[in-house]
Amino acid sequence: MRICLRKVDLPLSPAPISICRMTIRTARPNRGQHFRPRTHCLNKLESIVVEMQDPKSGVKGSEQKLNVSTIPHVITGKDVIAWITNKMKTTPEEVQAFGTMLVAYGYIYPLQNHKKLVLCNDSSLYRFQTPYFWPTQKWVAEDSDYAIYLAKRNIRKKGMLEAYEQAHYSHLHDWLNHKWDFIVMQATEQYKAGKERNKPDRVVFDCQERAYWIVSRPPFGLPLSFQNIFYQQAIMRSKVKSSVSLGALTKYVTTYKNHDPFLAPCLPSNPWQTDHDAYWTCNTRRIDVPTKMRVERWSFSLFELLSDLRGRDDFKVFLKKEFSGMPPHLMRHLSNLAFWEAAEELKWGTASSMTSKAETIFKTFLAPGAPRWINIDGRTMGLTVKGLDHPHRYVLEAAQTHVFLLMKKVHVLVSNKLEQNAQNRSLGVHPVIVWQQEEEEKAKAAAASAPVDVKAMMSKIDRKK
Amino acid sequence: MCDQTFVAITFGPCDCCGKASPLMNIYIKSEATNYCSFCVEVMATQGLQAGESAASLKKESDSLKKKLEEERAKLSDIELSQVAEKIEVLAPLSIKTRRVLKGHGNKVLCMDWCKDKRRLVSSSQDGKVIVWDAFTLNKEHGVTLPCTWVLACAYAPSGCAVACGGLDNKCSVFPLSLDKNENLNTKKKSVAMHTNYVSGCTFTSSDMQILTSSGDGTCALWDVESGQLLQSFHGHTADVLSLDLAPSETGNTFVSGGCDRKANVWDMRSGQNIQSFECHESDINCVKYYPSGDAFASASDDATCRFYDLRADREVAVYQKDSIIFGASTVDFSLSGRLLFAGYNDYTINAWDVLKGTRVSALFGHENRVSRVRVSPDGTALCSASWDNTLRYLGFGWATYSTVSKGFR
Repeated sequence: MRICLRKVDLPLSPAPISICRMTIRTARPNRGQHFRPRTHCLNKLESIVVEMQDPKSGVKGSEQKLNVSTIPHVITGKDVIAWITNKMKTTPEEVQAFGTMLVAYGYIYPLQNHKKLVLCNDSSLYRFQTPYFWPTQKWVAEDSDYAIYLAKRNIRKKGMLEAYEQAHYSHLHDWLNHKWDFIVMQATEQYKAGKERNKPDRVVFDCQERAYWIVSRPPFGLPLSFQNIFYQQAIMRSKVKSSVSLGALTKYVTTYKNHDPFLAPCLPSNPWQTDHDAYWTCNTRRIDVPTKMRVERWSFSLFELLSDLRGRDDFKVFLKKEFSGMPPHLMRHLSNLAFWEAAEELKWGTASSMTSKAETIFKTFLAPGAPRWINIDGRTMGLTVKGLDHPHRYVLEAAQTHVFLLMKKVHVLVSNKLEQNAQNRSLGVHPVIVWQQEEEEKAKAAAASAPVDVKAMMSKIDRKK
Repeated sequence: MCDQTFVAITFGPCDCCGKASPLMNIYIKSEATNYCSFCVEVMATQGLQAGESAASLKKESDSLKKKLEEERAKLSDIELSQVAEKIEVLAPLSIKTRRVLKGHGNKVLCMDWCKDKRRLVSSSQDGKVIVWDAFTLNKEHGVTLPCTWVLACAYAPSGCAVACGGLDNKCSVFPLSLDKNENLNTKKKSVAMHTNYVSGCTFTSSDMQILTSSGDGTCALWDVESGQLLQSFHGHTADVLSLDLAPSETGNTFVSGGCDRKANVWDMRSGQNIQSFECHESDINCVKYYPSGDAFASASDDATCRFYDLRADREVAVYQKDSIIFGASTVDFSLSGRLLFAGYNDYTINAWDVLKGTRVSALFGHENRVSRVRVSPDGTALCSASWDNTLRYLGFGWATYSTVSKGFR
């Protein structure tokens, strides 16, 4: 129920009471309306709650033994659900939702599992909250009241506060420090007054008060066990010395310095500056000769080479062209690259295509005697093949990483060759020529019924304007 | 790239429920077990186990936390400022507004660039999502969502679709069509379903998955075609306001930041929270990865931006100034990672030198708070979206090295 208001001017989300079909209009003046706009809905809820407590037609309560004391007027979840179903005559889902609202807003509170504010359709025990603690009362749940409540519990038994309550308590201690004496005094008075009551009454009151504060100050934070698991993982994870990691970060900056348009001029010109898009047209995928800067970037890492589709194309072309003269250990990179691409497609593909893709990949790359068999170590191969029994999108992860590492070894060799091949250090091609070339390409593609390159078409439409 | 993402994900029957799914390797009472992410959560939210008590858990928690701090301290053998001493100082930057995109009738809340480096999509408070060709200033597509406050929008990697979401608690994908007369609403596809507003969304490397962050405190990975939830990420204790995917070749992690002041790094495969940083003093509004994928930056309401080193697992820089009081709502790096552009609620954008920690340039011009800054995919321009209903893009101007550009036309 805690509504986290963001800094944006979001309206308070309306309370989900729209499912309530009651049309009782009460004549009670709503002086609290201006700062608690939900009072109107809650009044409707109240009338229903009053009806539910009717001794003749309401929900039947009984006495329950709980931790040595007997508590009167205890109701079960399923009785509440039955009553609501009978009253509203609607679907089970709506009844369940409505019942949960009664608990969430604090009109009914659970006796077991007191932190979980839902209505369970079984023999879980609940009680009606005393009207004193109803949310529509004219007093708001103040921080000082909460501080008194926490202090009182601390006086009763040290160490009884939960982690989130401890957090609240420390915060309130700082925040309300100026009246802390008053708070402690009030807490002591209440504690003494509580001891005067007889045991069953005290237990009931404690339950009511606790329920009220669970609603007004909901628990937050992760359970400690969860946090501990996280800390253990964090401690055991491998880390690197700052000198190494920071050194790598600065090296990245230095490497890419000349390629950053904010730090060095981009050639032939920055399109946003000169209104000329030559920079983009000479860096398309199918340009005749890639620019010098682009090829240089491919040499920075295999990731750069493969991310740029033209780089990937050139890599393939290089591997194929040099086929006859190439040593065998380089030839296999053709299959490696194909496998890497197939694995990417699997990872990022639709959920429904998973099984079929996995099968094709197995037949093409992994099965013994496969046409494009990739040569990875036996252990990885074994794990991968086993994983393919239940194909999921990450099943090829280990194999893909291995293949990537293999390709990395030849990356330097390849990018050197590619730079040599790019003899024409062209800085740009005239847009008209580019456009003509793309037109030809498109005609060929259409003839081959290939899928249309949307981007090319759209930029073509723009140029025509 | 993070060393830990090289570990192959284990997939198999969960030690608890027996279902086959990606497994998280965790230690329970010093024993290594493999649980699926759902069982980890269920187990963790159960009450105290036998032999545990609130006090003992708290003690364990404190000692583990202390040990983690010690481990981190052992590795901080040098500070970023020391490393940066060897780098040359940046020449004063001259950055000018190149274009102003006017067309939204209301606050522009989010924008994203297309991979073709010239198109972008922007969303605003009145429910309108517009796709522009920023180079020619043309509006190419427009969609009106039935909800207001479209807080998140993203362009698909192929350039053929956009995703957007906001107060409707959903994230929908709209395939773009070349037919100008077609109403994009007819092809709308509802993909993500949260229980509170959607604060951020992004496509992964393909058009087939989107990652969303929400005010309900979770992030989730969805399959676009079927709308199926592939993985959910629990760990934030308040609204998650922003997320960003790692640019590394393995591309398996993402970082999220939220109102609980934490920035968490997640493994997309298993749903596990790998790293967590709680250094800010107020809500984190935006997180963004460094171009190499080994670090990230965050912007927060406490008026600072911070820089975190993922491999050493610690915060390494804080970008702040006494004269900057208003919260930072958005950050992005330039292509080389040397510059960090941050948009603030006092209508300005500051450009920081990431390594030296100093402010390089202050950019003025917007007439209301800056909601989003994004550098274009090839690094040639910076686009800023603002509550003054406009988007501006700024580029490197003709350098006049003696002055720092203070305003623009």
